[in-house]
Formats: sequence, structure tokens, C-alpha cells
Amino acid sequence: MTSLAAGPSTRRRRVSTLAWRGLTYLALVLIMAPAAWLLIGVLGRAWSHWKWSVLWTQLTPEGGGLRDQILGTLILMVGVFIIAGTIGVLAGIHLAEFALPHKASGKLSGPLRTASDILSGFPSIVLGYVGYVALVVGLHWGFSLLSALIILSIMVIPYIAKTTENSLRQVPTGYREGAEALGMSAAYGLRKVVLKSALPGIVTGLLLALAIACGETAPLIYTAGFSNTLPHQLTHAQFPYLTYVVFQYYNDPSVQKHYLSYDAALILVVIVLLLLVASRIVVSRTQRHSESARGTQRRRPGRPGPTAALAEPNLEVPTV
Amino acid sequence: MTSVGGVAGRVPATPHAESMGKPSAPRRVLDFFRRNEEHAWRGSAWIAVVLPLAALAFAVSVLAVKAWPAVRVNGWYFLYGRNWTYGSGYGAVVHTDGVAHPMGAQFGAWAIIWGTIASSLIAIVIAVPLSIGAAFALTERLPGWISRPLGFTIEILAGIPSVVIGLWGILTFGPWLAHHVYPIIADHMPDVPVLQYFRNPVGGGEGLMSAGIVLALMIVPIIASTTRDLFQQVPPLPKEGASALGMTDWEVANKVTLPWVRSGIIGATVLGLGRALGETIAVAMIGGAVLHIPPTAYLPFTTVAATILTQLDGALTDGTGFAVATLAELALVLAVISVGVNLLARLIINRTSRTGAPVGGA
Repeated sequence: MTSLAAGPSTRRRRVSTLAWRGLTYLALVLIMAPAAWLLIGVLGRAWSHWKWSVLWTQLTPEGGGLRDQILGTLILMVGVFIIAGTIGVLAGIHLAEFALPHKASGKLSGPLRTASDILSGFPSIVLGYVGYVALVVGLHWGFSLLSALIILSIMVIPYIAKTTENSLRQVPTGYREGAEALGMSAAYGLRKVVLKSALPGIVTGLLLALAIACGETAPLIYTAGFSNTLPHQLTHAQFPYLTYVVFQYYNDPSVQKHYLSYDAALILVVIVLLLLVASRIVVSRTQRHSESARGTQRRRPGRPGPTAALAEPNLEVPTV
Repeated sequence: MTSVGGVAGRVPATPHAESMGKPSAPRRVLDFFRRNEEHAWRGSAWIAVVLPLAALAFAVSVLAVKAWPAVRVNGWYFLYGRNWTYGSGYGAVVHTDGVAHPMGAQFGAWAIIWGTIASSLIAIVIAVPLSIGAAFALTERLPGWISRPLGFTIEILAGIPSVVIGLWGILTFGPWLAHHVYPIIADHMPDVPVLQYFRNPVGGGEGLMSAGIVLALMIVPIIASTTRDLFQQVPPLPKEGASALGMTDWEVANKVTLPWVRSGIIGATVLGLGRALGETIAVAMIGGAVLHIPPTAYLPFTTVAATILTQLDGALTDGTGFAVATLAELALVLAVISVGVNLLARLIINRTSRTGAPVGGA
């Protein structure tokens, strides 16, 4: 019995365990510290000179406020919600309900899905350039709301389709069979049973798509241009939005414009946070409801929330 | 695998419609709608799925058509050349293969393509180990009440607009790195072939290294949240068994957990790579927009995406339109790279997920 208890090997193993744990914590800290610094930094930069009047005064060449830029970003979000929401949800329904599974492997990987994934990984600047060539110049729309809306929508449609598809997939097969057994037509069952129970997931996907849309800059510079005030036309008028202010004013000679840039960054972060929190609330409310009503499986501790999908746009997690 | 699609035959929508005699007009409209509702769903859903793909095909063909003159004149030089000049802006127009361009215009994009690859590689090298380590800490070590808010913070990071990250990077983070971190690295880097690239001078915080680090921060959420989800799918029994055999935490992680989900992590990494390759605005702000390969890793550079953004104004001054066509060629290169990376990710995920678990055969 030589040195089974506390030999050098055991000590080395203990040290290696501690070192490994330490490294994982270090990795976590190295991610968390910049993230926290970023959020606090954006808040701090804007807070020291924050004036609430930024929210309701117009942008002027000397400074002023960001009223029309905020409204412009909100209008873009509403437009994307309508256009991309409709098309994206319908596309998700097609992928989950109507597209036939692959014959040989039983996997659902048709050419439509592959193409949709390619589109979701397509660089936004390239889409913006195409919008510039085809819509702004080709159709003579000029920098305008309409060209920006179309390009932004094309950008987020694959994302909405993906989240819709995933949440439709999670509707238990029993619901569909039950609807069928009750004599509902397939379409009626889809509308009244399947879509209804997938709605929270779909809404979450829409909210996160809006978060993506409101933070885009590069394709908008190519399609919307920029203006100080809100135009009254869909085409032939440059359109204001917040991200441009952040991008363009931070190295302006005027200090007033620096402040506007920081303010715009803060407002953008607040909008995104509101959307993320809203999506959390949608999910947690419906989950509590479903747990008490149907007694489905409880949430595992530390299970990823719905917003995990935001970071993971088009990865099909392999089933091991 | 059970059948996933919910469509199972066509059950008559209104079974009692025939027994009601002659229905009123609104009734007939309603019946017509009910009878054809499924067709309406199917039709509109099909249109919805095809429409964006038609847009994709349209986008690619617009790029190809627009870039064609530039592809012909620039030739292969575009991919390896290092000289990027718009040529004489004062009238002298020459024709090559029937394509008009200013005299002296020469477009070699190697420095730009190099910058794209280098910054993305830096981002991946930093982001992957950090993400895996953080995912381990979140799933294996920390209790739920602390790992859940931390996980939510990572998800917030994913949602922060890239322009805001760029603003913070150029005003706060980049200068801090240049003053406090880069000098330490640069002073201690040995003078051997690859590593000497990381020696002095360190510049002012605008450049390749800062852009790479910020890109890493932007793709960490993609990789970390996927990795975390994957770790949670690893069944506890093999891990507990390994622990019971006396493996250390590191051995359990290295020999059981990681092999179990390796393909998923590789897939997520490649997707993160795709995001880093295509990121525009943050790199345009932090990178410094210089069309050369930087002499050291800390100095200004540019990427394909950032060049498309920052060079448009300059390109529009070219009356022959040749510079704009060259930007289209650049966009085409970026599109090809990112589509290739995306397909690669899908290939990895599809192929390895079919072969099943690598350890013990689940």
C-alpha cells in the first residue's frame, strides 16, 4: 500500500481539477466583464448630460433632439413587423406543416430550408448593396423608407420563419390528432389549435426579429439614406433612424453631436432591452399557464430561455 | 421519428352544409372560404417561403450582372493584387475589353480579403475557448439562480446593436486595450516568424486586434448559448459514471462531455465565423479603414464588408461606374465566402449528427 492516499499523482489531479474550474470561471468573467462594461459604459456616457427634451425636439444642424429619428426607427420596426412578420410566419408554417420530410433519411432538409438558412447567414451589407443597386438606383426610388423596409424585411424573414417553424414543431402531435379526431379540417385545426398553442413562440421570434431590425445600420445607410426630419412619402425621400446618428455623429467636430450619438446609443439599448424583457414575459407567462393547466414537464433549472435563439439564428441542434 | 407534419387528409370542413337547403349569400361566401381554407393556407405559405428565396436569387444575379465588367477587367489580380487606386479622376478614360474605366484604375483586393480573414480568425481563436469555458461554468458548476441571470446577460449581448458595440469599442474599449493590454503583449512577444507580427508598435486602439476582440465579443453569444444548450443535452449518467471512476472534472469534460457535443460546437463556431466575416459597422468604426495589410497586428486595416460601406462615396465619384462595379465584385466575394461557410456548417452538423454519439454509442 504505497502512497495510494496522497501521492504526487493525487495532488496533481486535485490541482488539475482546481485549475480547470478556475479556467472556466475565468472564461465566464472574461465574457461578463466586457458585457457589463459595455452596458454601463453606454449608460454612463449618455447619463452625464442626458436631457429628456432629446425625446421630443427635432434634430437641427446644430444639435437639437432625436424625435424624428426615434419615430423613424419605430416606423421601420412596425413596417418590418407587418411585412416580415406576415411572410416569415407563413414561411415557417410552410416549413413545419406543409413541406414534406426528406424521403430517404426522414430528415427535414429540403432545398427550401437550405436556401432559407443561406439567406439568414447572408451578410447584411451585401443585401444593402443589392437594395442600393436594384431599388434606390434601378427603380429610381431614391434613398427611401420603402427600399429600407424591403431590405430589412428580407433580412429578418428567415429568422422569423425559423423561430415559427421551431415553435410549431414543439406543438405535441396529440393536439393535431385530437383536432383531427374532433372532425376539424386540417386548416381549421391549424388555425384554431396548432397556431394558437405555438403563438407564444412565434411572438417571441417576432420580438427578437424586431430587436435585430432596429439595430441594423449598414444596409440602412445604403437604402434609407438619412435626414433630419421625418418625410411624408414612401419613396424619393431620405428617412431618419437612430443607428445612423450613433455611427456618424460620434466623431463630429461638434460636442453637441457627440452627445446626440451617445443618447441615440442609449435609446437603442433601451429599445432592445424592452423587446428582450417582453419576450421573456411572454414565455414565462405562457409557461406558468401551461404548467398549471396541463401539467406538462417542469422547466429544468438553468434551461435556456427563448432568447437563446437570438444568439443562435439557424443552427439545428443535432440529436445525439 | 414520428410524423411531424400535421396535415392528415382532407376532412370536409362543413359536414352539414348539404342538409341546409339553399344557403344565404354570406353563408355561401363563408362556406366557400371554409372549403378552400386549406388551399389558401397552403398557397400563401408556399408563396411566403418562395418569395424571400426569389429575393436571394435576385440579389445574387444583380450582384453578378453588376460585377461582371469589373470581373473581366480586374481578372485574377483582384484576388491577389495589393494595389487599390481609383485612377485619374480628370477625364482620361480608357477601355479594356470594351469596359470603360479611368486611366490608372487598379483594384487588387488582397489586403481587404486578408483583413477579413485575419480579423475573423482572431475573433474565433478568442471566442471559442471563452465560450466553451463559460458554458461549462454555467451548466456544470453554478446553481440556477446565478447562471440564469448570467445567461440572460449573454443573450442581451447578442441583442445589442453592433453600432453601439462599435461606439463603445472605438471610444472606450480600444483605447483602454492600447494603453493597458497591448503594450504588455507586444513587449513580451518573442521575435520569431509568426509571433513577431504581434510586437510593437501598438497604435492607438483602432485596428486589426481591437476589431478582432470586439468581433469575438459579438460572436461569443452565438457560440456560448449553443454550447450551453448542447451541454444540457448530454445525459448525466455518463458524466457521473466517469466521475465515479475517478476522473477529474477536466477529464470528464475532455473525454465525455466535449466529444459528445463536438459536432454541434463546430457547427456553432462556423456560424459565428460567418457572422464575423459579414459584420460591417463595428469593424468600419474600430478597424480604421486603411486599405493595406497593417505592419503589426494592432494597426488600422479593413475588411470586405467595411470597405463596401466606407468606399461607396468614393466609388460614386468615378464617372465611368467602374468603381461601383468593383464594389459589386467585392460584395460578390463576400457573398461567396459567407454562403460557403454557412453550407460548411450545415454539412458538419448534418453529417456528424447522423453518425450518432461518439462515446459509447448512446
